[in-house]
Amino acid sequence: MSAVQAVTPFETIRTPDAASRPVKIHTVAVKVTYGQKEALHGVSIDIPEKAVTAFIGPSGCGKSTFLRCINRMNDTIAGARVEGTIKLDDQNIYDPDLDVVELRARVGMVFQKPNPFPKSIFDNVAYGPRIHGLARSKADLEEIVVTSLQKASLFNEVKDRLNEPGTGLSGGQQQRLCIARAIAVSPEVILMDEPCSALDPIATAKVEELIDELRANFTIVIVTHSMQQAARVSQRTAFFHLGHLIEEGPTDHVFTNPLEQRTQDYITGRFG
Amino acid sequence: MTEAASRLPVSRLGGPEVRAISRIDIGLRRRYAAERRFRAYGLAAVTIALCFLLALFGSIVGKGYTAFQQTRIAMMVDFDASIIAPDGDRSPAAVLSGNAFRFDDLIAASLQKTLELDPDDEDGLYDGLDLLSKGSAPMLRSMIAKDPSLIGTKRSVDFYATGDVDSFVKGTIRADIPESQRLIKDKHIALIDKLEKDGALHLAFNTGLFTNGASTRPEMAGVGVALVGSLYMMLVVLVLSLPLGVAGSIYLEEFAPKNRWTDLIEVNINNLAAVPSIVYGLLGLAVFINFAHLPRSASLVGGLVLTLTTLPTIIIATRAALKAVPPSIREAGLGVGASKMQTVFHHVLPLAMPGVLTGTIIGLAHALGETAPLLMIGMKAFIVEYPTTPLDPATALPTQIYMWATEPERAFTERTSAAIIVLLAFLLAMNSLAIILRRAFERRW
Ligand SMILES: Nc1ncnc2c1ncn2[C@@H]1O[C@H](COP(=O)(O)OP(=O)(O)O)[C@@H](O)[C@H]1O
Ligand SMILES: [Mg+2]
Repeated sequence: MSAVQAVTPFETIRTPDAASRPVKIHTVAVKVTYGQKEALHGVSIDIPEKAVTAFIGPSGCGKSTFLRCINRMNDTIAGARVEGTIKLDDQNIYDPDLDVVELRARVGMVFQKPNPFPKSIFDNVAYGPRIHGLARSKADLEEIVVTSLQKASLFNEVKDRLNEPGTGLSGGQQQRLCIARAIAVSPEVILMDEPCSALDPIATAKVEELIDELRANFTIVIVTHSMQQAARVSQRTAFFHLGHLIEEGPTDHVFTNPLEQRTQDYITGRFG
Repeated sequence: MTEAASRLPVSRLGGPEVRAISRIDIGLRRRYAAERRFRAYGLAAVTIALCFLLALFGSIVGKGYTAFQQTRIAMMVDFDASIIAPDGDRSPAAVLSGNAFRFDDLIAASLQKTLELDPDDEDGLYDGLDLLSKGSAPMLRSMIAKDPSLIGTKRSVDFYATGDVDSFVKGTIRADIPESQRLIKDKHIALIDKLEKDGALHLAFNTGLFTNGASTRPEMAGVGVALVGSLYMMLVVLVLSLPLGVAGSIYLEEFAPKNRWTDLIEVNINNLAAVPSIVYGLLGLAVFINFAHLPRSASLVGGLVLTLTTLPTIIIATRAALKAVPPSIREAGLGVGASKMQTVFHHVLPLAMPGVLTGTIIGLAHALGETAPLLMIGMKAFIVEYPTTPLDPATALPTQIYMWATEPERAFTERTSAAIIVLLAFLLAMNSLAIILRRAFERRW
């Protein structure tokens, strides 16, 4: 089957979950253009609640672009235009009445390169709760910080140096600090854009373990370059190629029994 | 096969590879030579710059350091109540009014006693008075007005010697040139020697240099008014240009859409930074003085004009500092749900602050030394009184230097250099403050 034929007209191949999960994010025909260039050609996908969904695909296929639509981070890029529908719990997030700041409190994000604020570890985690008014008192705030750090499996490592700068931690610790910072505002969804690509294998293993734990309370969408990582942490996998969502389905199904030629080529390492 | 190749012990290296190896060798040697050469150029450049700097400082300090000391003549003054307050009124107002010559009488009396002159020796008295600054009587009067309890007592008072006597004592007017060409005559020299021997004539630290205003008599002239004027101007510049510049840069860098209009604004800000400062002086004259009718020679107007010259510098530096803040910090802020403004003010601006401060201080330092625009708005007036507000007439350090540099007296020459030293010290203090502030902000990383 030749790739050119499959691109136009286009139909995503979908395999439903065996155990049906409630849908958290529902998107229909999401198109993104940067200036004149269309980077996403219409992506429709349902992302299940309290599960990990992995986006895989070769570089430049639009994974990050799509991820950044979900918390409207693309709004900050001059010349980026988003079309289509994205619903979070049946609420259209591109509704003009919706407050972007509130949306970003509900949909947190962890970036490729750990980017803690150049402030203390405590202030890094406390910043979100402070600006969203989540803590009534100092004790409240401290509790939020401690539980967030605990949930991010970082507390034991930093409990003696909460007042030291977050930038002084190791790469893996910094990334977990960023996860703690995202958790601190009690989001419903956490978006992670290649969160382990700047980390060593041990730090990666820790973050993966953490993602697995977080799945109980949060809906997680993770972009990853590593097929093994997608296979280890996710329940559903979506394969992107050249701005199209080619195939999506339960992770074990996509990896063991891909229905699309390009999916198979990609996961067997024939391109990417 | 080349010669080099045949010398190589390992035979499995083929011809082309061998050539490649020898070529890399030459390249390396050349590269190191180039590097050494470049370092030598750099070192030479730094050395030359240092030499010039040393020569500059050497000549200024060499000419100016003597101005920090001044020749004084200590004389016992009898604050005779019958002369100072003939009608018995000892109030400051009464001291300041009335016959001004009565203070000259006091000085003459104490001079006669100090020089042990015959009361009838008028020539001797006048020769002695030649040594004293013409500002001595006013000085005595204001001294008494400030402290009327002096009346009726006897006190030793340090009088200023004239600028010429001062120059003679410091050796800038030499005794070995013919008397007819000398400002200090032989009879004066005799008196100076006598006073010196008695211990009445001595060198003291010249506080007046820092506290006095303008004067035609060099021994009474100081940079006090100019210092206050410059300080007021720096405050005006800081208060106006820092918030305006930073706000403008933040808007342009973080909020403004990138389109043709903002491009045009950017180009023009860069152009404004290159506009000669005298043009800003003309602008200030037209707008602030002729149109807005602000007072001439006021430090407020000077500050406004210097704000105009400084703003482009601050904007350019601030925008560069904002641009240097990694975008990941902005993403982090937005990602946890901070608004754009919160992100900028909580995270981006604090990180840009060292750069902003550096730019501001460079701008202020330029403004402090700026002379041409101040001449245009009349800040080179003869001002004796301290300005109490920025609306009062004042001078500035660079214009004071300019004015003194045009005076012929020897004593003004050394004061010109001394004023330059004061200006440089002011600059150095500002730069040190900048470094301290920058360190304080940098530690937040
Ligand atoms: N800020 C941007 N401006 C213009 N083009 C962009 C921008 N970000 C991404 N793109 C383009 O969009 C396409 C998808 O990029 P991206 O979503 O980053 O891919 P991925 O994350 O899958 O590697 C790429 O072709 C990229 O060049
Ligand atoms: Mg990406």
